[in-house]
Order: sequence, then structure tokens, then C-alpha cells
Amino acid sequence: MAVVGTATTAPPRPGGPIAWLRENLFSSWTNAVLTLLALWLVYEAVAAVLGWAVLHATWQGRDGSDCARAEAGACWPFVNAWFGQFLYGRYPEPERWRVNLTYLLAGAGLVPLMVPRVPHKLWSSVYLLAVFPVLAVLLLSGGIFGLRHIPTDLWGGLLVTLVISSTGIAAAFPLGVVLALGRRSPMPIVRSLSIGFIEFVRGVPLITVLFMASVMLPLFLPERWSIDKLVRALIMVALFSAAYLAEVIRGGLQAIQRGQFEAADALGLSYPQKMGLVVLPQALKLVIPGIVGSFISLFKDTSLVLIIGIFDLLGMAQTASSSPTWLSPSTPMTAYVVAGAIFWIFCFGMSRYSQMLERRLAAGGERVVAKTAED
Amino acid sequence: MAVLARKPRDLADVKALLYRPEVRQVAYQAALLAALAFAAYWVVNNVAANLRRQNIASGFDFLSRTSGFDVAQTLIEYSNLSTYGRAFLVGLLNTLLVAALGILAATVLGFVIGIARLSSNWLIAKLAAVYVELVRNVPLLLQLFFWYFAVLKNLPNPRQSFALPGGAYFNVRGLYLPAPVFLPGFGLVAAALAVGTLATAALWWWARQRQALTGERIAVLWPALAAVVGLPLVVFLAAGRPLEVDYPVLGGFNFQGGVAVMPELIALLLGLSIYTASFIAEIVRAGILGIPKGQTEAAQALGLSRGLSLRLVVIPQAARIVIPPLTSQYLNLTKNSSLAVAIGYPDFVSVTGTILNQTGQAVEVILMTMGVYLAISLLTSLFMNWFNSHMALVER
Repeated sequence: MAVVGTATTAPPRPGGPIAWLRENLFSSWTNAVLTLLALWLVYEAVAAVLGWAVLHATWQGRDGSDCARAEAGACWPFVNAWFGQFLYGRYPEPERWRVNLTYLLAGAGLVPLMVPRVPHKLWSSVYLLAVFPVLAVLLLSGGIFGLRHIPTDLWGGLLVTLVISSTGIAAAFPLGVVLALGRRSPMPIVRSLSIGFIEFVRGVPLITVLFMASVMLPLFLPERWSIDKLVRALIMVALFSAAYLAEVIRGGLQAIQRGQFEAADALGLSYPQKMGLVVLPQALKLVIPGIVGSFISLFKDTSLVLIIGIFDLLGMAQTASSSPTWLSPSTPMTAYVVAGAIFWIFCFGMSRYSQMLERRLAAGGERVVAKTAED
Repeated sequence: MAVLARKPRDLADVKALLYRPEVRQVAYQAALLAALAFAAYWVVNNVAANLRRQNIASGFDFLSRTSGFDVAQTLIEYSNLSTYGRAFLVGLLNTLLVAALGILAATVLGFVIGIARLSSNWLIAKLAAVYVELVRNVPLLLQLFFWYFAVLKNLPNPRQSFALPGGAYFNVRGLYLPAPVFLPGFGLVAAALAVGTLATAALWWWARQRQALTGERIAVLWPALAAVVGLPLVVFLAAGRPLEVDYPVLGGFNFQGGVAVMPELIALLLGLSIYTASFIAEIVRAGILGIPKGQTEAAQALGLSRGLSLRLVVIPQAARIVIPPLTSQYLNLTKNSSLAVAIGYPDFVSVTGTILNQTGQAVEVILMTMGVYLAISLLTSLFMNWFNSHMALVER
């Protein structure tokens, strides 16, 4: 195109929905065929989901026989009957307010921490890390202040999933930082122990680690010590995630330029000051997506505890779907879809929050990462 | 006088010594080692006491004892009269089988979806994005249960099986496939295939040398096809078709003949490959986005065709980005296959779990299980290190 003398504006691009369709869906013959194929796929999927969840679903019923029709879709009365157990497990019904109050207390700390505009982050985190755990243990377990003692084998459902994952995150994060620093330490013994631990844990499946917790740990301890099954699972999940987190954080540490370390040394900062004030704040910021990714994996991995006999959300779904009163061909599918939806909401929420955080933090630095509107 | 004067300096020396980083490092590490040694001593003592109390033997003698249990799927000869050691091997092979098939399926699906996410077709890209977000945010174990208990357990019984094209049947007991039966004389066909492959490799190598020397390009495709497909085909016909197909036939309450694939394996493969594919898709997308557009344009400017520019310019660079995370996904898939124990596929962890329950030798059995997975991981990371040093960007 020849540009002559005076500045001319570009010819207007064709706008409107037709032009958009032509550009994005029917730009060529192959694209048109693909679009039609995809439309058919979408239609089939939507029809199948709608048919299952709404049109052929059972809405009223007393037991499994009501859901056991041919071509039956979701068995909603079953969900209605079991939803409480999905959320609380076998936690006694009159005491469920304690779980709800715990959630409320957690929210009171989490919301101010997570909404960027609310000030006093330090106090929120002190509350969450020091005050809330004590309150939560007292409330959930009871045994004092006239609260009935509820042993952990009655805990279940979403409650156990949240307890394991939140404790796991809180314990795995500092441990992961220590392991990552240890792996880059100049001290050979510290370094090789860190490497050994990280590589060992990353090399074996979580299931074998959990088996170890349930069969080997009791052998390791003196006879009279007995550790609660839930606590054993908690320790193992935390150790397991710490190794993965350590590798993520190491990635961030490696990206920090030497000059930062040297500048901190030149200022006469001690090792904890150097790491805590100069290096880690930059390194952690770089690897937020990785850290959140690890948290999401941890959250999903908590479902494995059902293999050692702890009834988390998936464990409850599993128990519910094989309950004799609600036995029907459509019950398992209903149970897994509901449990899957709950898991999905948490994981998807976490990943979206991390993307938001990433954008905010990127905007604060010198290098503004251009983000497409799509993500 | 001299002695008195030296005293405070000595003290200062000692203090200075305490502040030296080297000294502190030695002290920290000595303390750490001592603590670890004490912990190890304490644990070993406890284990010994506990084992004595529970009357559990130790050592690896049990490996040569008769196992006494059956395994639902065995790739090598095994019965309940075989040894525990043999049972370990059966479980390990089952794990390797599921890992190999899962890796294959997840790679194909993952690449298709990763490329679809970058499609210029808006609908296709969105569908791929929905797949990725839907699948990777739901625990794998839940997906396995879904496929096994909610889908495969609801299939019809053998009498109402779905008949698949090619003489295969699908029902609640699993997938029944026609099996090839090799008659004597098939060895010749296999030999012909080997000869054809070798000849093709030699031809390809010669053509490359020739192109490097003279610039002349020789079409290898047709002679290669003739050698790899034609030669074995001719031998096959000449040897009187030494191959029969054993079709599964409904007899009594189940199918006889053919190969039966147990539903546990199908559920495990479906779950593992669909789940891992969502991660592979993201890796592939990142790999393709990681190649600047200028590279393709430069290749086109050099006059390379679209296929050649992909093969010689884009893919080698994308591979450098894609292969390391891809390998770790393969490793994840292999480790995740241990979830088989939850749906009853006799994989390595499931078989060792049975052995553990029968012998009670938890320490030995769990150490062996972890050892095998560790060995697989270490071999993979050795390969990765080799690959990284081989493929690393060589800069001036």
C-alpha cells in the first residue's frame, strides 16, 4: 500500500456479528467444517447434560427404587438426603453449628486477607495462623467449655477435605521455603539432606506415603504412643506437598540475580534478614502461579486419604453411592457429579484468584506483563 | 606480663572464631547430623521392639515363599503357587502396561487439545479451554471412580453386549477384542519386517549422506513403503497366511476366546489419559506460544516449505520447551497409576498391599514399593539431564 503525503485514516474494519462470525468461525472451508462439527458436539453435550440433570432426572422419591427407572437421570432426592453428610460426614447433627462457626471464623480471617483493598494484612495473617487454628481445634474437637468431645473419626465430608488441605497448606509452605533454602545452602550436609528428602518424596506416589503413615509410622514410634489417624494423614500430606513446593520456590530463588544477594550482604544483613527482607519477597512473587498450582494439587490430593479409611468429601460420596437405601444405577453418577462440582468450585476459584493476584503484582513491578483479555 | 597481655586477645580470638561463617556452618551441620543420628537410632530401636512384640519376622526371605493368592490380570505366567517375588513382578508389569498405554493415549489427546486451544476457530479454541478447565480441577481419584462405578458398572451384561465393529464386544465384564493367533511360519513374516525396516534405515541414511554431499534429494518414501509393508506382505502370502484371528464368542454367561480387557484397566486408562491430557495440552500450548513468529517468517524467507519449516525450525525449538515438563507429566501419570488400588486393578501398589497384609512385613514391602517408584523416577531424571545437556541452547 502506498502512503502518499497526507495522513489518511485506515479504512473502517468491517464490524458487526456477521463479520465476527466470518472471521472467527468460517474463515476457510476447513474452519467451517470444524465449526459445524464443534456445534454438533456442543449440542450433543448440552442435550446429554440437560437430559441427565433435568429432563430425565428424578426429583421426588424416598429410596433408590424411585431412581431405578430405565433411562433415569440424576437422582436428586438422594442428594437431598445425603447432602448434610457430604458437607459434615458423620459429625453429629446437633453439633454441626460448630463446623459452620469454624467456617465463619475462617472467613473472617481469609476475606480481609484476600481482598486487596482491605488494610491490616499483618493482623489478618496473625489471626489466621495463630489464633484461628486454636479456636478451630477447640470448636471442632470440643471436650472443654461444655462442648461435647467429637473424635476425629466422626469428622468427614467437605469438613475433612478442608481441614486436611488448609492445615497441609499452612504447614507445607514454611517447610517448603526451608527445604528450598536448604537445597541452595552452601553447607554440604544441609544441602544433600534437602535434596535427598525432596527427590525421595517427589519420586514416590502419595499413596505409598499414606500407606507408610498408616502401617509404618506406628512401628516407628514407641508402643504407648498412638497418633490420631487424621493427624498422621495430615503430617504426611504436609511433608509430601512441602517437597513439591520446595521445587517451585527454588525456581523463584534461581531467578533472583546475584546482585540482590550481594547487595543484601553489603548492607550487613544477617542471613534471615537477607532472605526474609530481600530475596524471598521477590522470589515468591515470581512463582505465585506455581505455588497456587501446588495448593490446588494438594487440595485435589486430599481425596486420596479415603484409601487409608478417612472419609473426606470423595469418601462420603463413595459411601453414599453404595448406601443400601439409595441403591440404583444412577446413584453413583449423581454422587460423583455433586462431589466433583464442589471440588471444581474450590480449585477453579483458587486458580482464578491466583491469576488476579498475578496481574496485580505484575502491575506493581517495572516489567508490566501484557495480559490478553481472554485469561 | 606477656602472659597477662595475651589473655584478653585469646578471648577475642575465640569470639572471632565463633563469628566465622565456616565455623558456624560446621557447628550447625554437626548439630543436625547428631539430631538425625539420634532420631534414626530411636526409630530403629522402636521398630525392633515393636516387631519383637508383634512377632513379625524381618528380612527378605518371604520373597521366595509361596504367595497363595491370585492376581486378576497377569502378563507373565503366575498362579497362587508362585512366589511372592513373582507376584511383585506381575504387579510391576501391570503398572508398566497401564503407564505405557496411558502415556500414549494422553500424549495424543493432549497434543490435539493443546493445538485446538490455539485454533483460529473461536468455537474450537473455547471447547478445548472448557475441557482443560473442567478436567484438571477435579481430583483424579474422583474421575476414576466416575468411570469405574458410574459408567462401566452400568454397562449391559454379556448377553446384551455392545457389538463394536471388527468383532469386538463391550459389556460390564470388560472389553473383548479379537486376538491374533500366530501359526508356525509367522516367524518368516516377522523376519521380513525386520529386514525391511533395516533396509529402510540404511536407505534413509544413505539418502541423507548423498544430500549432504551433492545436494540432490532422493525420494525415500516409495522404496521405504515397499520394504516395510510390501516385503512382509509378499512373505505372508507366500508362507500361506500363517495368521488367524480368534474372535470372542458368547458362550454360556460370558465370552470365550479373544483377548479380554478387564473394566478396571479401561477405567484406569480413561481416567489417567483424560486427566493427564489436560496438563499436556497446556504444556503444548506454552511450547507453541514460546516460539516467536519471527522464526516461522525467517524459515519462509529462506524458501522452506511449510512442512520443512515446521520440521526443521519450529518443532526442534518447541521440543526444547515442551519435553522437560512433558516427561514430568509422564512420570506423574506413572505415579498416579498407583490409584489403581482404589478400583481394584492389580497394579504394583495393589499387589504389594496384598503381600503386606499376608506377611505383615510392612517395612520391607513398603521400602520395596517406594524403591521401585524411586528407581523409575531417577531413571527418568537421568534421561532428562542427558536430554537437557544435549538439547540446551548453544550460544556464543
